[in-house]
Amino acid sequence: MSQPQMRRAIESGVPDNKPFLHPLLAKNYGHWKYHDRPRPGVLHHVAHSGDEVWTVRAGTQRQMDVHTIRRLCDIADTYAEGHVRFTIRSNIEFMVSAAAKVAPLISALEDGGFPVGGTGNSVAMIAHTQGWLHCDIPGTDASGAVKALMDELIDEFRSEQMPNRVHLSTSCCEINCGGQADIAIIVQHTKPPKINHDLVANVCERPAVVARCPVAAIRPALVNGKPSLEVDEKKCICCGACYPPCPPMQINDPEHSKLAIWVGGKNSNARAKPTFMKMVAAGLPNHPPRWPEVAAVVKTILHAYKQDARPWERMSDWIDRIGWPRFFERTDLPFTRYLIDDWRGARANLNASTHIRF
Amino acid sequence: MAKAMYPTPMLDQLESGPWPSFVTGLKRLAQDKDYVVDLLGQLEHSYRTRKGYWKGGTVGVFGYGGGVIPRFTEAKDERNQPLFPAAAEFHTLRVMPPAGMHYDTAVLRKMADIWEQHGSGLIAFHGQSGDIMFQGATTENVQPAFDAINELGFDLGGAGPAVRTSMSCVGAARCEQSCYDEGSAHRAVVNSFLDDIHRPSLPYKFKFKFSGCPNDCMNSIQRADMAVIGTWRDNIRTDEALARRWFAKHGMNELVNDVVARCPTKAIQLKEVRELRAGGTVSAVAVSDSHGLAIENSDCVRCMHCINVMTGALAPGADKGATILVGGKRTLKIGDLMGTVVVPFMKLASDEDRARLVELGQQIIDFFAENALEHERTGEMIERIGLVNFLDALGIEVDPNMVAAPRTNPYVRMDGWDEEVAKIAARKAAAA
Repeated sequence: MSQPQMRRAIESGVPDNKPFLHPLLAKNYGHWKYHDRPRPGVLHHVAHSGDEVWTVRAGTQRQMDVHTIRRLCDIADTYAEGHVRFTIRSNIEFMVSAAAKVAPLISALEDGGFPVGGTGNSVAMIAHTQGWLHCDIPGTDASGAVKALMDELIDEFRSEQMPNRVHLSTSCCEINCGGQADIAIIVQHTKPPKINHDLVANVCERPAVVARCPVAAIRPALVNGKPSLEVDEKKCICCGACYPPCPPMQINDPEHSKLAIWVGGKNSNARAKPTFMKMVAAGLPNHPPRWPEVAAVVKTILHAYKQDARPWERMSDWIDRIGWPRFFERTDLPFTRYLIDDWRGARANLNASTHIRF
Repeated sequence: MAKAMYPTPMLDQLESGPWPSFVTGLKRLAQDKDYVVDLLGQLEHSYRTRKGYWKGGTVGVFGYGGGVIPRFTEAKDERNQPLFPAAAEFHTLRVMPPAGMHYDTAVLRKMADIWEQHGSGLIAFHGQSGDIMFQGATTENVQPAFDAINELGFDLGGAGPAVRTSMSCVGAARCEQSCYDEGSAHRAVVNSFLDDIHRPSLPYKFKFKFSGCPNDCMNSIQRADMAVIGTWRDNIRTDEALARRWFAKHGMNELVNDVVARCPTKAIQLKEVRELRAGGTVSAVAVSDSHGLAIENSDCVRCMHCINVMTGALAPGADKGATILVGGKRTLKIGDLMGTVVVPFMKLASDEDRARLVELGQQIIDFFAENALEHERTGEMIERIGLVNFLDALGIEVDPNMVAAPRTNPYVRMDGWDEEVAKIAARKAAAA
């Protein structure tokens, strides 16, 4: 019996992008002079050569069925010039070589159900994760929460009326795959894991799980005569770090896995150095299919920021100016004892000054 | 024609509203595929019970140890049989995109055809690591799907304790702020570590990310073990015609409040035109017949704000390159870490420059592989051993650009102080 011949992979790595570039992008590669935005959702780039290219940006659902992909390709072939790219926030961009092509392209996209926007000082599409659709450790869904929230924020996606750009993210566990954002929505577990002691010995590499715990709350134990693990529930901070390496330590709970809201994260070096976001609300229910309690808090924060921030202040710049007491006042969010940091380096987050706004 | 749909009253509510609906897309796929009918069934089950039902496992393609995310259903009845059997296996292939995520419609249509044939028909552009995620294939179909994608010129990305798929911004292809050829650097680096991508054997994940300027559109500073962020050493360039055009549209209040006052190091001053002098380390540009901006470039920290507001009127200098920062990651388990400066500036203009970047990446990964604890990221390792020990291993001299401030405590052995002072004095003398 001969073994069937297995095909060997071609380890080609990252493909060259040159064959996929719009011809004007290829021609003017590295030689762009400036850009402006004729209207929300449209970028106009001018090269040193004098060449101009218009980019129309549209929102997508990120998890796209092949029919949606083909419809976007049809639009790109009919109304644009066959070349597209995606942004880090899952928007699709169509490049065209003439201003006259912009309006018909926008109509085709809007008629096809793809909102045009997400440029400049808008609320951009939410960076998100997999959630119940595909992740093995999610506390909530991602695509659904994002769809529900973007339905509510679409006017801010389509316009550029924010003080500066607003990046949002959602994450289905505290690992926070969604990343830093001006406003982030992240699962926050509130109860220690529930352990299925029948399975631990067979499924989990116990020393690795013990080592994974950030507060040394897990220890090996014999339970009902079987080797297992136990959790010192007083020490446990419910972070869920033990769950991925040991699925029998179930951290997700329909009732007690809550959602928290974080604000003021930014990656850009513009003005202040990059910042980490801070937790400002918690205890919100995990409420599919539309998570209305989360949407209400996000909209309250966005509204206060839009009303009060000065031009070019990102969320973090705005809070730096007005101070945290006023942030909690303006958003009517309760500042509870749990929002005072007590993790490593926490003293850096205390007010070591008499700088107080009255 | 597929089997009948399960009732999905909760998911149905995600079909209304103006934003594109992934549920509508899934239902369209479910018209032809039992696979997606059952996927929707399980997803509705998750929405109803507020729990996830996927577990990992081991599925791969011939010759590789990673790049496929296995998923087996845990939604089972009392006899341990899957509640949604057609979707009992729902694996994802992570596929590396072209740098800058550029495509033409021909290649997208081919991807759609491949995934319609071998998979669920659901593709995410893109995951948070930057992969094209071909979501949902049975164990049996993973290999033929990969073969077709691979023949199209695409390769699997990273998963597990491996070098991961990378991302680079649109950069030189369409952005005037680009400070190096992001796509070339991205390919040069990542394609040098394909063995570490395809055969996971590091202590934990290792991520590279490439942003063309300090706006860091790829979020590299907080997510990358090694962030390559474009910058420049010489003076900000100016364009008087564009500066005048900006001022005519925006006026003095915006110039003062939004540009001058927002400079984090007060490097910009408003001047009357008769006092305006460019030269040395000063960039200067008139915005009207009476007023102009003067920028003291030796005080400028290359934050990008003024350039973002007055794009084209102000622009990055001509002596471009990148700053390399190491160790960014999120909380688990010692707390959030931003990447910090390891190389303040390196040129990235030629193949030789890019070879030096690859070499630096190789040194860092080698040291990480040797010295990190299991499940410890680069930033945590550096926190544990101290930045100076890490720099010693790389043969990189310390530089005050690497710190926000010198130490604030006296708890340190300083036996080598005099030798270090002598070394720096000798270096200064040699340079003089």
